[in-house]
Amino acid sequence: MAKTPVTFTLNGAEAATFVDPGANLLEVLRRNLGDLTPKFGCGQGTCGSCTVMIDGQPRLSCLTLAETVEGQNVETTNGLANGPDLHALQQAFIDGFAAQCGFCSPGMLMSAKALLDRNPSPTRDEVIEAISGNLCRCTGYEPIVEAILTAARAPRRAVGNTVGTVVGTAVGRPA
Amino acid sequence: MLEVVTTATLAEAAAAMGPGARFLGGGTLVMRAVNYTSPHVTRIVRTTERLDDIRADGGRIRIGAGVTMAGLIAARETDFLAPAARAVGGPQVRAQATVGGNLCAPHPYGDLAVALLALDAVVHLSGGGEMPLENFLANRRQSGLVAAISVARPMGDAFRFRKVSRVKPKGISVLSMAAHLNRSAGRLSGVRVAYGAMGPKPLRVLSVERALEGADLTAQGVTPALAAATDGLDPPDDALASAWYRREVAPVHLRRLLLGDA
Repeated sequence: MAKTPVTFTLNGAEAATFVDPGANLLEVLRRNLGDLTPKFGCGQGTCGSCTVMIDGQPRLSCLTLAETVEGQNVETTNGLANGPDLHALQQAFIDGFAAQCGFCSPGMLMSAKALLDRNPSPTRDEVIEAISGNLCRCTGYEPIVEAILTAARAPRRAVGNTVGTVVGTAVGRPA
Repeated sequence: MLEVVTTATLAEAAAAMGPGARFLGGGTLVMRAVNYTSPHVTRIVRTTERLDDIRADGGRIRIGAGVTMAGLIAARETDFLAPAARAVGGPQVRAQATVGGNLCAPHPYGDLAVALLALDAVVHLSGGGEMPLENFLANRRQSGLVAAISVARPMGDAFRFRKVSRVKPKGISVLSMAAHLNRSAGRLSGVRVAYGAMGPKPLRVLSVERALEGADLTAQGVTPALAAATDGLDPPDDALASAWYRREVAPVHLRRLLLGDA
């Protein structure tokens, strides 16, 4: 089976691999590149647990043909923490008990990051809208919404990746 | 065995289509079939040609087939389509799903196509041909690849769109409705009404259009249109709603759409 080479930026570092015909980005991230943070939930665009960011937009990696991300900038939950320093969203999820089983958390975090990168002080309705494509079967959503609002209010600090040039954006604003 | 054909132009992509081939578009429908190893998809065709421009073109707005729902929402020229684009999927799907793909989406998808149908959109095909969206939808498997659509900007509040779903803000259509309420000397004239999820594909509702001709937009004026709300239609029975339910609620939502009620 002929494989296709694909090169893109993954959390600030160059990633290069060969993909099978029809392989989706989620498979390539998990199997080829060992980034296990995006999850396979449904494979049909319903659950959002495979959410990553591509060129700043929240996207479903399971519905993205892997070779279409050639030259693009892919961010996953793996790139959120800066060494031992958690991203404000991760810290808020921990502090606010926004994860129970945790399966939806990486997708939730990336949808939330895409929102805060674009809109650092969202309203509650904007948060609800931003995670409307992510299912959670444990928390009832309320702790997640609260955590995202808390992260948005957290002191501004640099976030992003430990390697290479970073696309990171500051999150939140001084209260 | 699955193969992926990547072309530099849409015209080359059109030439690569054939039995078992699906054009990728944004991928939200094609990749779902691929992930579930659909035997109906043996070739994915895609193009690296950018088809994502939106421009005003002699009073009409031309929208590239590759413009995403998020792109439609963000662009000032297409603000009148934003309510329909926002009704599609969640944020991730909207960042990916394209205008061209929505025209080809099977029931219960295609909310944007419903809006475009009510606006008398024209489909521009790869290779240069064009046809009214209604004709394109009638035979969309064979109609060819979409390069762009064009549509005239509706006046004032003449254009209305409504989607009914059980889950909000992200839910699949129980039904969707769009109306373009053209007026002439205070009376409705040349009205277009379209439904989604009330048949196998987005459709114009000629019975309602006829009943609204010459009427005025009052509770009394729209009564005949409500009575004709589902004439000649055969709404689907599916997991979202029964055909009976769709028939029952269609006039209620049509009244709200026409009279601007919440």
